[in-house]
Amino acid sequence: MFINSNNLSAFINDARVRNIGFQVLIIGALAFSVWWLMDNTLTNLENRGKSLGFGFLVQTAGFEISDTLGTWLFDYEVGVSSYTDIYFIGITNTLLIAVLGIVFASIIGFGVGIMRLSNNFVLKYFATVYVEIIRNVPLLLQLFFWYFAVLGVLPGARNQLEIWGGLGGLNITGLYLPAPIFQPGFGLVFLAFIASLIIAFVASRISKKKQDETGQGFNLLFIIPALIISITGVTYVIMGSPLDWTFPEFKNTGPIFKRGFQDDAGMVLVPEMLAVLLALTLYTAGFIAEIVRAGIIAVSHGQTEASYSLGLRPSITLRLIVIPQAMRIIIPPLTSQYLNLTKNSSLAVAIAYPELVSIFAGTALNQVGKEIEMIFMVMSTYLIISLITSFFMNWFNARVKIVER
Amino acid sequence: MTQNSHNSVFVRKVDAETLPPPQNEMGIRGWLWRNLLYSVTDYSSVSAALRSLAMIFFTVLVSYVGLTQLWLLLDFVFFSAVWSDPTGIKREACWTLSQGGTLPDDWHAACWPFIFAKLKFLAYGPYPMDELWRVNVTGLLGLAGLCWVLIEALPYRRLVGVLMLTAYPVIALILLTGGASEANYFNATAYIFVGLALITVGRLGQRDLLGIVASDFASIIGFVGWSLIVFQVLMLIFSVDVGLKPVGTGDWGGLMITLVVAVTGIVVSLPLGVILALGRRSNMPVARLLCTIFIEFWRGVPLISVLFMASVMIPLFLPEGVNFDKLMRALIGVMLFSAAYMAEVVRGGLQAIDKGQYEAAEAMGLTYWQSMRQIILPQALTHVIPGIVNTFIGLFKDTTLVSIIGLFDLLGAGKSAIADASWSSPVQAISIYLFVGFIFFIFCFGMSRYSIFMENKLSKSRSH
Repeated sequence: MFINSNNLSAFINDARVRNIGFQVLIIGALAFSVWWLMDNTLTNLENRGKSLGFGFLVQTAGFEISDTLGTWLFDYEVGVSSYTDIYFIGITNTLLIAVLGIVFASIIGFGVGIMRLSNNFVLKYFATVYVEIIRNVPLLLQLFFWYFAVLGVLPGARNQLEIWGGLGGLNITGLYLPAPIFQPGFGLVFLAFIASLIIAFVASRISKKKQDETGQGFNLLFIIPALIISITGVTYVIMGSPLDWTFPEFKNTGPIFKRGFQDDAGMVLVPEMLAVLLALTLYTAGFIAEIVRAGIIAVSHGQTEASYSLGLRPSITLRLIVIPQAMRIIIPPLTSQYLNLTKNSSLAVAIAYPELVSIFAGTALNQVGKEIEMIFMVMSTYLIISLITSFFMNWFNARVKIVER
Repeated sequence: MTQNSHNSVFVRKVDAETLPPPQNEMGIRGWLWRNLLYSVTDYSSVSAALRSLAMIFFTVLVSYVGLTQLWLLLDFVFFSAVWSDPTGIKREACWTLSQGGTLPDDWHAACWPFIFAKLKFLAYGPYPMDELWRVNVTGLLGLAGLCWVLIEALPYRRLVGVLMLTAYPVIALILLTGGASEANYFNATAYIFVGLALITVGRLGQRDLLGIVASDFASIIGFVGWSLIVFQVLMLIFSVDVGLKPVGTGDWGGLMITLVVAVTGIVVSLPLGVILALGRRSNMPVARLLCTIFIEFWRGVPLISVLFMASVMIPLFLPEGVNFDKLMRALIGVMLFSAAYMAEVVRGGLQAIDKGQYEAAEAMGLTYWQSMRQIILPQALTHVIPGIVNTFIGLFKDTTLVSIIGLFDLLGAGKSAIADASWSSPVQAISIYLFVGFIFFIFCFGMSRYSIFMENKLSKSRSH
């Protein structure tokens, strides 16, 4: 008995046994809570006379969506399009905001970040004030500010603010811009453009390889743009200029209800989209500016001095010494800012810009009432976008990382 | 000989007088050179001249934009603003001539009487007017406790901190809701007896009176017993009728609900985040996997969808008869969401700790929890204080999102104030958004300054 209990004690106090026992406990607790939640949910659903299933996706949707890239791409029509279409319209509009926002926020953010390091106090303090204000006020408030307080006081639908000498116009119904019309054959021009990009990429790889082997590369600075422009341009001319433009048309004469911008000319960016884009871009730019500033400061001053003492010019020092090292520090937090921007685009639900959360988890959910399925679809969509982006950025990060011996 | 050498060698006995710095390095002129003129006066080569010209262009442009915007803001908020409404005409006080008011037609500035009239609503939402002292007392108690903990010169900081984390939430909840919740005294008594029994078993087990297995799990059993008792006693305390009028959370609003959501989220997310971070770095594959999935899931989805989920799916998850109100559901969503972000910050701190610290703790014979509590976590958490404060700021700003699922937080109260037709005017929206934005700015800016102050202090203490 005594020996037995000693063995038992040794057995129980074995770290491996404890680990396994603890993990079994965790799995048991998890399985129990999952079962408990599922059981509750199924009972509740039964009591409310609902069932699980994705059959609603083929039903037709009966509500209006304002004109956006998504409705244009999927030819949205009330009473004809299904909830699957709504889902994809939502994703398209979310991605549209995300891509445009990332591009603009990066440009502004890098600019402001460098301004904060300037030895010109005007630029420095302007950038500092911008960053402090933007970062310390909630994004949703900024969104409301742009939508209600700025875009809300634009001229009414029968008036306009002319921009670029009448090429575009702005009023409370949105920003009107020239729209491209693709004629048959434009696809080929697009293919030629892609092909020229691939050729340029291959050329730069060959040049880099030659540079690594012999120390002499080609000067590609002018060759690549020339290559792209000539290949695309020649195809464009051969296909007979398959691209037309329609310009927004503003009438201030005639019957009063027909004044204002005409429906069939040009394209319109709805004010909701402008507000979301402005708010997201300026907000994220404030964070990117801080990341850029921190990244550049983190490159040791000795690196710059060493480069100067080797006789490199300041522009080359910046391009070959400072930026590559700063980028290594900048990229990981920059990725999470890009992801934040994408996720924050869901705030557009507050001003009814038709993105994923707004039309699918909002309007459509109210119509269909399939909470579990629809929220699951929305969450997994964002999750997949996040995972793809972070895998890609991890891969990129691993590529630019210093190879340590 | 020595005498001679002394005579021939000049030995300076007094320091040479320090020369003043060059004129153009001093005073306003020097400051201007360093901070403005260096960047715009280099014309020694073509590229330098181009750069200088570009700098001049940008400087002028940015000064122009900055100054005009600043002037517009000051003019809007102060100089042109309407400050009072002595005759009580409400919205017409902020109308221009063409709108039927008395102000000139090009007037566009803040409407302060509107904000003064809505101040109480912005602070408390629809909370009953006669009971506002309860909110004020809660707020002042919280503020006093917070200041006590943060100011280093005061005594008993640890005691006050513990009270703030234990007694204060109970007092606050009773004051804000009025207490007197329903309680099942029979069940509560039964649970307390079960708890006492468990504690007894735990105690016996720790003295090796029940064989080895019990002694091993004695602490866990005792812990379960204690939590059972604490929970039931709390329920009983909340059920005591202290004579306050009950106020449901549906009547909470304004800055008050913003602070409630933010503070609860902050207080709960930190310990939860620490546990998740430890789990993610644990050497047990199951715990590691689960914590990683949990963290990456919440970090991968937007808070809005989390709040939507909390508001429509939590009622489905709970057994019949159990019902959480809207605020509780929003709080659960915010807590889980911010715990995941906090976990990543804490994980950063854990990774920054030298491996030798872990090994030394192990070599001293400390158990896992002992080494975490006494060696690793104190270092890791102080390391990431700036990150933690940044997460707090983010959480504070994110509380505005609860207005989307129908709670009247500060921003939501502002929005419903705008909907008040008796004050409707074109400047209504912009006035209130600027005011609410200013309040948020003060809170967030204050927190970020505190984080910079802590960072500087810690980096000094580390360099010693």
